[in-house]
Amino acid sequence: MTAPVLSAQGVGRTFGAVRALHDVTLDLRAGEVTALVGDNGAGKSTLVKVLSGVVAPDAGRILLGGEPVRIVRPHDARALGIATVHQDLGLCENLDVVANLFLGAEPHRWSLLRSLRMERTARDLLASLDVRIPDLRTPVASLSGGQRQSVAIARALLGEPRAVLLDEPTAALGVEQTAQVLALIRRLRDRGLAVLVISHNLADVRAVSDRVHVLRLGRDAGVFRTGDTATETIVAAITGAEAAA
Amino acid sequence: MNPSLDLPGLGDRRLRLPRPSGGDPGALPVIAGLALIAVVFGSLNGHFLSSENLTNLALQMAATGTIALGIVLVLLLGEIDLSVGSVSGLTAVVMTVLNVHEHVPSGLAVLLALGAAALVGLAHGLMFTVLRMPSFVVTLAGLIGWQGLMLYLLGRDGTINLPFDGPISTLSDTWLPTWLSWTIVIAAGAAYLATVLLVRRARARTELPVSGPIPLALRTGGLVAVLAAAVAVMSGDRGVPLTLVIFGGLVVLLDLALRLTLPGRWVYAVGGNAEAARRAGIPVARVRLLVFVGASVLAGAGGILAASRLSAVNQSSGGSDILLNAIAAAVIGGTSLFGGRGRAYAALLGILVIQSVANGMLLLNVDSSVRFMVTAGVLALAVAIDSAARGGRR
Repeated sequence: MTAPVLSAQGVGRTFGAVRALHDVTLDLRAGEVTALVGDNGAGKSTLVKVLSGVVAPDAGRILLGGEPVRIVRPHDARALGIATVHQDLGLCENLDVVANLFLGAEPHRWSLLRSLRMERTARDLLASLDVRIPDLRTPVASLSGGQRQSVAIARALLGEPRAVLLDEPTAALGVEQTAQVLALIRRLRDRGLAVLVISHNLADVRAVSDRVHVLRLGRDAGVFRTGDTATETIVAAITGAEAAA
Repeated sequence: MNPSLDLPGLGDRRLRLPRPSGGDPGALPVIAGLALIAVVFGSLNGHFLSSENLTNLALQMAATGTIALGIVLVLLLGEIDLSVGSVSGLTAVVMTVLNVHEHVPSGLAVLLALGAAALVGLAHGLMFTVLRMPSFVVTLAGLIGWQGLMLYLLGRDGTINLPFDGPISTLSDTWLPTWLSWTIVIAAGAAYLATVLLVRRARARTELPVSGPIPLALRTGGLVAVLAAAVAVMSGDRGVPLTLVIFGGLVVLLDLALRLTLPGRWVYAVGGNAEAARRAGIPVARVRLLVFVGASVLAGAGGILAASRLSAVNQSSGGSDILLNAIAAAVIGGTSLFGGRGRAYAALLGILVIQSVANGMLLLNVDSSVRFMVTAGVLALAVAIDSAARGGRR
């Protein structure tokens, strides 16, 4: 088994009296999709926020390629090669696809935008991910939910990250669009990226992930190889039925 | 207005039908409106479309149009600047006091006054970004406060005349000779065509799709035709006023800055989704400061143009309906009140509509009460179009 690209070891975080995360250990490996599942309030989002620098942990440590790293701001995570696609995508709906892909990182010379270079890179990137958007000059507002999700994911890749964290990428998508986004996640894996996918939808988890990491009430509740595990076992870990039985 | 349909199997997801240019009505409604205005007033009063009247119209546009340009900037952020009228008056008075009382050379006086306007904008921007006051309140305070300062500077006389033969007054009484106007038309057309061809070649070289030659020829032809028509009409009277050229130049410059530069792109980004822009690493506060400074400087430039036309400043400088006309022009021209959508050309098109309506009604001897009501109707219609376009995207 390869060494994990990104791992959280014994991570804990409390908000006032609420213990959102307690002694959580998560490993993300290159070329592998890890699904992070759990009921509402299980700590999934908090864990992703810790890894992406939005929330600082108050216990445990984070290792990148085996080395301990300090992540206290979103910028730190990005600089280390950890890209996050939040659930709200963070797109500017009034701007076109190319502008959104390069948002905040526009190539420029003497503060003039290098539009052609941006469009060329955008086309190549989207083509390599097999994302089909007829016109890259249309505002993102007129794209479908699946296309927007694809643009947000493609943008995360522009910084050449090693790990990609996706928060609920298939929430609120239709059947066909979900299939498109899942195919895109598989292509991220094939590029050798370590991918973490938060999902509520066990069918999606089963379709795309290699491993399933279950959180329950802020603690680890088991790590399973998706191929070898029955859905019932995962559900039992999520609900805690095993412990109760 | 809102083409959407519910598809079975997608729950409550709504699919938008494709709309031209992504749901943005763009400049089409306002151009249609202008054509309508020309036809209606032209048929009601033969003088409306005469060279003399259209030249007057062009003269009247420059000052308020320049102020509207600043309003376009703040509207792109999704904010508002209510102080532009007062700031235009204040800047004009500062310039006049420096020039007439302190005997500062005209050019320097203009620059210093614009610097003062920039400081005013900086103050607004700091109150907005650092103190997190709503822009509405900041600039409402500015509207009252800067007018107060202007009245204070004017002193007891309440009016200062600029020398009639001084450079500032001459600005509004300078007309381009016919040969120069035509040279500019040809140069503008050639420059546009050359740029488009160069961009096209660069796109082809980077293997990006290029548009066909027909739309290209149509657009170049359209640009030259519009400019040529304007020059032909105005050359029939006194010629093209210099102030119109200044205003037009500012419009083109601002449009290029907004579309092709990094700060311009960031203005659209912050106006579209400030939170996303912040997370993407865009210095949101600095972009906002820049926009408020820009709006005040453009307001100041408009005030100076107005003072030049009047050859004086007085207590009503920057007052009465200048602010409202500037805001109305920006919105009528197609700038969204909700931020992130619109182009600099909105100021030009919008002020054309407003001044044409005002001018046409004046020719028809319609009472100003009716004029206000008609202008209000046009404004309401423009905002309705904007809201409907936005509704189509939600």
